[in-house]
Amino acid sequence: MAERQTNRDIADEHDLPVYLARPGTADQVPRQKYGGLFCSVQDAFDGKSIDFDALSVGQSTPGSVRRETGQRARGPGSDGWNSLGQGRRAEKRAERSLERALERSIETRSVETRSRRDKELLQNLGEQKSERLLIKGGRIVNDDQSFHADIYMEDGVIKQIGDNLIVPGGVKTVEANGKMVIPGGIDIHTHLQMPYRGTTTVDDFAQGTKAALAGGTTMIVDHVIPEPGCSLVQAFDQWRQWADEKSCCDYSLHVDITHWNDGVRDEVDALIKDKGVNSFQVYMAYKDYYQMSNSELYEVFTFLGERGAIVQVHAENGEIIAEEQARMLQMGITGPEGHVLSRPEELEAEAVFRAVTIASQTNCPLYVTRVMSKSAADIISMARKKGNVVFGEPIAASLGTDGTHYWSKNWAKAASFVTSPPLSPDPTTPDYLHTLLSSGDLSVTGSAHCTFSVAQKAIGKDDFTQIPEGVNGLEERMSLVWDKAVTTGKMDENMFVAVTSTNAAKILNLYPRKGRIAVGSDADLVIWDTDAVRTISAKTHQSAAEYNIFEGLELRGAPQAVVCQGKMVLEDGTFHASSGVGRFIPCTPYPDFAYKRIKARKQIAVLKAVPRGLYDGPVSEYTMSRGGTPGASARTSPSKQPPRNLHHSGFKLTGPTTPDDLPIRPAGRRITVPPGGRSNITSLS
Amino acid sequence: MSDCRREWNREDELPVYLAGPINTGPKQRKSYGMFGSVEGAFDSKTIDFDDCAVGRRGSRTPRSGSRERLLDTGEPDGKTPANGPEAPPSNKVENEDATGVKAATNNNSLLGEGEKLLIKGGRVVNDDQSMFVDVYVENGVIKEVGENLFVPGNVKVIEANGRMVIPGGIDVNTCFMKPFLDTYPVDDFLQGTQAALSGGTTMIIDHVTPQPDESLLGAFERWQEAADKTACCDYSLHVDIPHWHETVKDELELLVQDKGVNSFQVCMAYKDVFQMTDSELYHAFSFLKKMGAVVLVHAENGDLIAQEQSKILGMGITGPEGHPLSRPEEVEAEAAFRAITLGNRVNCPVYITKVMSKSAADTITQARRKGSVVFGEPITAGLATDGSHYWSKNWAKAAAYVTSPPLSPDPTTPDHLSSLLACGDLQVVGSAHCAYSMAQKAIGKENFTMIPEGTNGVEERMGFVWDKAVAIGKMDENQFVAVTSTNAAKIFNLYPRKGRIAVGSDADIVIWDPDLIKTITAKDQQSASEYNIFEGMECRGGPALVVCQGRVVYEDGKLQAQQGSGRFIPRKPFPDLAYQRIKFRNQVTNQQGVTRGMYDGPVYEVPPMPKYITPAPSAKTSPTTNQPPPVRNLHQSNFSLSGAQSDDYVPRRSGHRIVAPPGGRSNITNLG
Repeated sequence: MAERQTNRDIADEHDLPVYLARPGTADQVPRQKYGGLFCSVQDAFDGKSIDFDALSVGQSTPGSVRRETGQRARGPGSDGWNSLGQGRRAEKRAERSLERALERSIETRSVETRSRRDKELLQNLGEQKSERLLIKGGRIVNDDQSFHADIYMEDGVIKQIGDNLIVPGGVKTVEANGKMVIPGGIDIHTHLQMPYRGTTTVDDFAQGTKAALAGGTTMIVDHVIPEPGCSLVQAFDQWRQWADEKSCCDYSLHVDITHWNDGVRDEVDALIKDKGVNSFQVYMAYKDYYQMSNSELYEVFTFLGERGAIVQVHAENGEIIAEEQARMLQMGITGPEGHVLSRPEELEAEAVFRAVTIASQTNCPLYVTRVMSKSAADIISMARKKGNVVFGEPIAASLGTDGTHYWSKNWAKAASFVTSPPLSPDPTTPDYLHTLLSSGDLSVTGSAHCTFSVAQKAIGKDDFTQIPEGVNGLEERMSLVWDKAVTTGKMDENMFVAVTSTNAAKILNLYPRKGRIAVGSDADLVIWDTDAVRTISAKTHQSAAEYNIFEGLELRGAPQAVVCQGKMVLEDGTFHASSGVGRFIPCTPYPDFAYKRIKARKQIAVLKAVPRGLYDGPVSEYTMSRGGTPGASARTSPSKQPPRNLHHSGFKLTGPTTPDDLPIRPAGRRITVPPGGRSNITSLS
Repeated sequence: MSDCRREWNREDELPVYLAGPINTGPKQRKSYGMFGSVEGAFDSKTIDFDDCAVGRRGSRTPRSGSRERLLDTGEPDGKTPANGPEAPPSNKVENEDATGVKAATNNNSLLGEGEKLLIKGGRVVNDDQSMFVDVYVENGVIKEVGENLFVPGNVKVIEANGRMVIPGGIDVNTCFMKPFLDTYPVDDFLQGTQAALSGGTTMIIDHVTPQPDESLLGAFERWQEAADKTACCDYSLHVDIPHWHETVKDELELLVQDKGVNSFQVCMAYKDVFQMTDSELYHAFSFLKKMGAVVLVHAENGDLIAQEQSKILGMGITGPEGHPLSRPEEVEAEAAFRAITLGNRVNCPVYITKVMSKSAADTITQARRKGSVVFGEPITAGLATDGSHYWSKNWAKAAAYVTSPPLSPDPTTPDHLSSLLACGDLQVVGSAHCAYSMAQKAIGKENFTMIPEGTNGVEERMGFVWDKAVAIGKMDENQFVAVTSTNAAKIFNLYPRKGRIAVGSDADIVIWDPDLIKTITAKDQQSASEYNIFEGMECRGGPALVVCQGRVVYEDGKLQAQQGSGRFIPRKPFPDLAYQRIKFRNQVTNQQGVTRGMYDGPVYEVPPMPKYITPAPSAKTSPTTNQPPPVRNLHQSNFSLSGAQSDDYVPRRSGHRIVAPPGGRSNITNLG
């Protein structure tokens, strides 16, 4: 901070625009302050801050989605900050000359954004006053670089980044004191308020998003799970309604495809085109319920690959699980340990392998949810090495704890760890997953937050297959990754941002609106305190669950302040989240992160037939009485008609042929002179 | 070389077993090499057939399984030819007049009076060691192995002149009678076994391929009958399981226990015909493991293939190139991975037939490294040629290569496979010989999915392994014997009767000439097919002489095989190579539940219609299960005290913690 002050003073002395002053004062100005090698030029940040609209590829209506909820009241406590800001005003005044020098460039920029802001204002008639926030003196950490700069936000959007920003009066200022300012986390996998046998998970959208914000996550992506046989669109609308009512932060939705037919196909199409969903989950587990056959998977993958959506798979071999479960119950194992015994990690690895194969056949990007075991992670990293477009998502639980707890004598404790795929009993798994996360082989972290009370878990007290599956992790996710990966030196802070936020935004095609601190991005920020230490406990967590699977774990690193939609929601341990402000963020298809490679491959992977003359040699007689064409059956693939088999005619010249038992032609007879003579095409020479 | 040694020994005029220990001179040590320095060492190394057979009930394997098998019934007559030290007529005969012997062969064979044969001066190569010894054969069984054997008169002597004497090859994968739309391969058991013998293979294991609606037993008997009539060499049979249901179980049990079949193939490909679902595979694996059988897996993902086939036909690709395009190698690797996973789960040995691609082979390698009991079988075609020919302009040529899984278009595949074979990651070489005539292949002239699948290779198998692996220094001769014969015998429980040159083993012996060079062509082959996929390839190494059942059947290019002489070799379940580890693992992997008190905390009332169905095996997909019904869920009762409420569909208040459950907190559920 002191350094920054002197820097400003020096600039002041020269009374020159910064971009002019810089070269002259080369010795004095400590270059390293701006983040090292790549940020030595002052205005570099302005150029790097991305014009949101220009970059949004394939989005039909840029900026159309800034629905404001009209509840943008100023957060309590902003007065205090205002006075502090005024105190700093005097200091600011000294810099006025410099500011003036900057005015020109800023003016041009403000002209650029003017039109959009006007539109917004029109939309938000009736809103009293927009929230303005300035974060000063922080070190901005994006996934590609870190640098010291201030951030000015207005109307929930980052308006300016840089030093010595010119901001209007009445701005609430937050002093970051050199702490990290990171894009708010995106939890790409949650199950909030999920219906389950007439009840729901204990964390609804209000409770769950509060927990998210408390952990530094400012956006969640929830899974819509329609009942098999029910309409996807209806389920989606239902989830929208629940979330709009209660959510405290922005959210988006995945839709799970629980069955597949032509009707579902049309609904999926509608969801992609009109509803802003670009990711769909399919299940390879839950036999006779959610599970899909390989043929169905192939069709889903093909379809979604054509429409530009992301296929997420729950990868476990459901058929073998069903057999193993029956075997376990037969052996008299009914407790939660049966869950992990009946779902060994190789079943997960097998399903991942199969999913990768299908995705590679259909040229479709693949996203594996809940990577829980070493072997599954290895398969993903092998596939990536071979060039497959596949993303792996470890979850907070698999990164923070292991499956040894399934053998706990305390039934309630053991049951609270039940999730699918199960946590691996191998205690080295979390460490291994962190390593792969750091090396980029796994791409994003989710939480799969799906909390049930102990009473709900106790539905399966006599039969582990009845235990509702789900663990917590929404609140702990960011801290876990920081503690286990960054403080141990596996991962740097940029990678931390990438795996907790940026990659998720890229996969969902929300980048750079989310997942980056840049001009034009949403004002979802976290001031990250790397030194904070907290102990996880069910007593102190935000979630409504009675148990926390990370109970007693000490984690370094925690959010000090959280800005969501441009408002301070967490500050010095006090919480000002208001439920219902969360907006649905529509995702557009064809995210570059996944589809650029897919598109290129589509162009080159055109199969061609070999042009040959017609075969005119002898053709053996046969009947279709036995066996059959190993072609596609019409039954299982409703969409595709198998090509007409020209040999399938009932018409026969010869009448009844030789008896079935005898070979048509005595074996060993060579046809040396076929009728019609030999042709070139069939010549065997 | 060996002649000199015999000279010294004869001076002593003592029986071999006595003469041995006294007679160790310094000179001899040199000639026997490091591991064979003691003369008598060989005697003890030759395995006593009966003692070694672990887990067999009868002292003697039943040598005849079907009717006209009186070949070797009266065999243990004269144990050892210790009938006097009449000097072996070593120098006397250098190949008696061949014609006379042949006549004798023809006369004797059916009478069970097998000819007596002495193979002198050869280097006997087994899978574990090579040594210079003579082999004496009587009645189709090896009677003596050693130096200076005492043999009775009237013995035909074959001078090996220092060439390799190896156990006859065992081809574990042939399809001589596999029907395709009512047509049969042109190579039946006669043609096929003749081709086998002329390539140095003295035993085949054929696949019985019943149609989905056919009884396994009926098909098995049909095959056995056909083979008994025509086969020229010993044979055994695998049985393919076309689909899984209850009656199959009984038939399998019968086949294993009474019919001498210990290996069954299941298919993961051929959707809607032979393909089994994962559940069915699980049941099949569990059952076959209980029976002690080896599970052979045709590993390809049939669902994906069906999809790809219709896609490719839809694109207008109807020629043979559509075959590899619709069956890319990852589909094979995927299925191999799945099969291995199933094998691990069930704790059952898995044998992958026809490993055709690098990725499938790598999958097997990795699984072995993790300790899975899995065997891989590359075939002749995969080791010697590649799939680039599918794009040939000549339809007939391209179609000749059609087999499943297809040959990989990657030209480095054969090299990779032979490397893995050399290092032991793949174990057995088969041929998957299934030769269809061109007219039969032309059934699929407008639709590649209709082309009958199969390539030749039974004749070329041994030669190409030698040429591609041994001749270029990847593999030694012992490993050559292992992959072409011994491993197969071990996996299918024929060892040491087959796959080894030892006292008591069957006299299936090949004198191998490593310098023989021949050019493969359809004109010279024994097979009846018009095309040879190895056409024009040069192959080093080949059999100079083949002894089958104690008779010389092939010598210097002339085949004297006898139709119908082949015996069915029954095989016992629980082969050691596959099942020993399985047995130990069975003992250690006893899973136990955790003993806990009863949970007495609050339990959420589940409404009558459960949302989650217990994922128990459904009756629909696995008709065989006599699994117990899933444990009755006590909460799943239809009885409800309150009846349906108006607010049933309103989500309950979330965030409700039960702090004081009725009845107070108990230790079991204490969350502290």
